[in-house]
Amino acid sequence: MTPMDGPSLVAALKSCGITHVIWIPDTELGAWEPALSAADGISLVRVCREGEAFAVAAGLHLGGKKPIVLIQCTGLFEAGDALRNVLHDMKLPLFFVVGVRSYYAHQQGTTADTCPVFAEPILRAWQISYVVLDDRHSAQDLADAYRQAHVENRAGAVVLAE
Amino acid sequence: MLMTQRHALEVVLKHRGERLVVTTMSAAGIWPELSQSPLDFAYIPSAMGHGPSLGLGLALAQPTRGVIVLNGDGCTLMSLGNLVTLAHHPAKIHLIILDNGHYEITGGQPHAGSGHVDYAKIARGAGIERTYSFGTLADWQAGAAEALAGAGPVVIHLKVEARMGQKTPKPPRPMAEQIQRLQEALGVV
Repeated sequence: MTPMDGPSLVAALKSCGITHVIWIPDTELGAWEPALSAADGISLVRVCREGEAFAVAAGLHLGGKKPIVLIQCTGLFEAGDALRNVLHDMKLPLFFVVGVRSYYAHQQGTTADTCPVFAEPILRAWQISYVVLDDRHSAQDLADAYRQAHVENRAGAVVLAE
Repeated sequence: MLMTQRHALEVVLKHRGERLVVTTMSAAGIWPELSQSPLDFAYIPSAMGHGPSLGLGLALAQPTRGVIVLNGDGCTLMSLGNLVTLAHHPAKIHLIILDNGHYEITGGQPHAGSGHVDYAKIARGAGIERTYSFGTLADWQAGAAEALAGAGPVVIHLKVEARMGQKTPKPPRPMAEQIQRLQEALGVV
C-alpha cells in the first residue's frame, strides 16, 4: 500500500500549486488515477516512457507552469539521460515521485527484485536530494518535501515505499 | 535533388510568426544563423530524442502561442513513443523531422532504417492526423504555409541533404542565459 490515497495526494498537490502531473503509473500509483483525472486545476499528462516525462516537465517549467513527475522505479532507471539533462545541464528545479516496488519485501529479505537495490543508489549517483515516504507518512509529507525543494530552488524527489 | 537543411529552415523562418522554435542537433547549429529571437530555444545540451517532449511541455504551458520543434531523424528514432504522446495531447505543436538518414553530428554515420523510414506514415499510425512529407525545396516552399498553419499536433517530414564531417553544434549562448531570455520573452519570470 502507498502511504496516501488519491484524494489526499490531489489535495497535497493543489496545496503546492502543482499545475501538471506527468506520469506513467505503476500498480500502486495507478490507484491515484481517478482522483488525478478528476482534479480541477491539475492536468494529467500521460507519456509513453519516463524519459519523456522529464522533458515534458522541463518544457512546462520553462513555460511558467508547476509540474510534478510521478513514475515507477524501473522508469527511473530508463530516464537517466533525461534526468541528467533537465536537472544538471538545464538546472531546472523539478520534483518527482518514484514508486519503489518491493521496498518492504527487500527490507525483510523476502524478494529477489533488484529495483529496491538500485533505486536509492541511482538517485544518489545523480546527486538528487530525496526523502523516503513509507506507511508512516502522509500526503502532507510529500507536500512538505516539495515545498522544501521549492524554497531552496532545487530539484528533489520522493521515494515512495511500496 | 534534396534540399539543404539551411534552405529547409529558411522556409520555416518565413512562416514561424511569433511561435517558439525548439531546435536540436544539426538544426540547432544552423538556426541561430537565421534567427536570434528570444523565442528560439537551442536544446543543447539535450537528452537524446527528447526535443519533441520539451516542445510539448512548452506547448501545453503556452497553449495559444504555438511551438515548432526542429528534430533530426536520428533523434526521432531514439524516442518514437513521442509521436504517440504528441497525438494524445492536442496542442499547438508542429514537429518537423529533418531526415538526412544519418547521425550527422557524429560525423555522418547512417542510422538504422536510413533512407527508408516513412516518418509521416509512422506519425499517422501513432494517431497524428495532420502529417506532411516534402522531398524537394520547391514542394516544401509550396506546401509550408498550409503545413505550418493551424492547430496541432502536426508532423512534417522533410527529406534533406546529409552533411558529412560535421561537429557537434554549440549552443548560441549558455543554457542559463537561453532560459532567462526565453522566460522573459514569455513573461513568466
